Amino acid sequence: MPKVIAPRDPKEWSLFTAGHTACAGCGQSLGARLVLNAAGPRTILVNATGCLEVFTTRFPSSAWRVPWLHSLFENASAVGSGVEAALKALGKADDVNVIVQGGDGGTADIGFGSLSGMFERGHNILYVCYDNEAYMNTGIQRSGLTPFAASTTTSPVGSEVLGNTTGKKDLPAIAVAHGVPYVATTTVAYPKDLEKKVKKALSIKGPKYIQILVPCPLGWGHDTALTIRLARLAVQSGIFPVIEVENGKLTSVMRIARKVPVDEYLKPQARFRHLFTPAGREELARVQALADANIERFGLLGARAG
Amino acid sequence: MKFYPGVPAMPGTSLDNHTGNWRTQKPVFDHAKCTACELCEQYCPEPCILVADDGKFDVDLDYCKGCGICAEVCPFDAIKMVLELK
Ligand SMILES: Cc1ncc(C[n+]2csc(CCOP(=O)(O)OP(=O)(O)O)c2C)c(N)n1
Ligand code: SF4
Ligand code: SF4
Ligand SMILES: [Mg+2]
Repeated sequence: MPKVIAPRDPKEWSLFTAGHTACAGCGQSLGARLVLNAAGPRTILVNATGCLEVFTTRFPSSAWRVPWLHSLFENASAVGSGVEAALKALGKADDVNVIVQGGDGGTADIGFGSLSGMFERGHNILYVCYDNEAYMNTGIQRSGLTPFAASTTTSPVGSEVLGNTTGKKDLPAIAVAHGVPYVATTTVAYPKDLEKKVKKALSIKGPKYIQILVPCPLGWGHDTALTIRLARLAVQSGIFPVIEVENGKLTSVMRIARKVPVDEYLKPQARFRHLFTPAGREELARVQALADANIERFGLLGARAG
Repeated sequence: MKFYPGVPAMPGTSLDNHTGNWRTQKPVFDHAKCTACELCEQYCPEPCILVADDGKFDVDLDYCKGCGICAEVCPFDAIKMVLELK
């Protein structure tokens, strides 16, 4: 017998509400909804500038049912540090989660200094990076997390270069190097994994870092219906390793059941279209080599990591 | 929409904004095929998928933007995207 569930409505249960103005099929809106509902109502959010800030707070409305602050692009982690310090001073630090969140541009580039300071000072804060691999809100400029060969408005495809010439900055490793006790990656294709990691992070004292791959139909140039499929193929091809690092040790990796060639992930995305022309053959081989290197580095196909 | 001096926005007031009018196609749910597996509800980015009175999943068309994710993730072929003529 198929199961039958009692009526329920996200207008009642979700701490992140519909009516926000993200593009149809936006992976980041799904990511943010999953993060906040996993964290629960006793949460204060500090947001960096970016799509998430803009599409959830169309003046004078809010898609958040918890306290939410925005100040600048570059200082979200500093503002979050102040919130955490104030909670401590008020004696309320123990039962309130502080989550600072931002896009890949806000995290890897513009807010990187204040994030590093937050890590260094050891604030009890979870930082969530919604990685859509470019500055989407201002029209798809390349960031430090834009992958190799992706076409953006500032890494265009031409006769001399085929998209982005640099690779993705290894932010999880940079967080680990700060001595952050909990560092994890995930994607919106795996809500249970995402929720588990948010809950685990919030149970640990000190700074935490979670990076979530969130496909962006506008910037990646894919069909809005494919957001989840692409977030899954990024993992199954080895392009985006899903890992957990606790106290400097790799404690879990998401295994690849059936290794998928990178073509399957790249082809539905207009930002990689040039890789499937004769001129792009060499670059395509390099993308496959990068995925293979990830699989090797984290043992995604091999024996269980310990 | 109410405006509160000193408070930029009240919680959850995005619900006043009916994004359903963005849509060009809408999901149609076949309750006979739906097994209540919850996948569509899990993945809808708005979120605007609800459980109807018969215990099967359906859509709140006030907010659905017609992205097609629910139809794509449904393993039982219970959701069809259809062009919506207004
Ligand atoms: C200091 C500063 N520089 C630039 C901008 C303009 N700006 C606003 S949103 C945005 C893009 C944000 O990119 P990202 O952090 O990756 O988030 P996304 O929009 O992709 O979710 C930019 C460049 C700004 N608001 N402040
Ligand atoms: S541009 Fe991309 S990240 Fe921004 S709202 Fe649209 S789909 Fe989401
Ligand atoms: S089409 Fe998209 S917005 Fe509409 S119910 Fe399905 S997943 Fe949600
Ligand atoms: Mg971005």
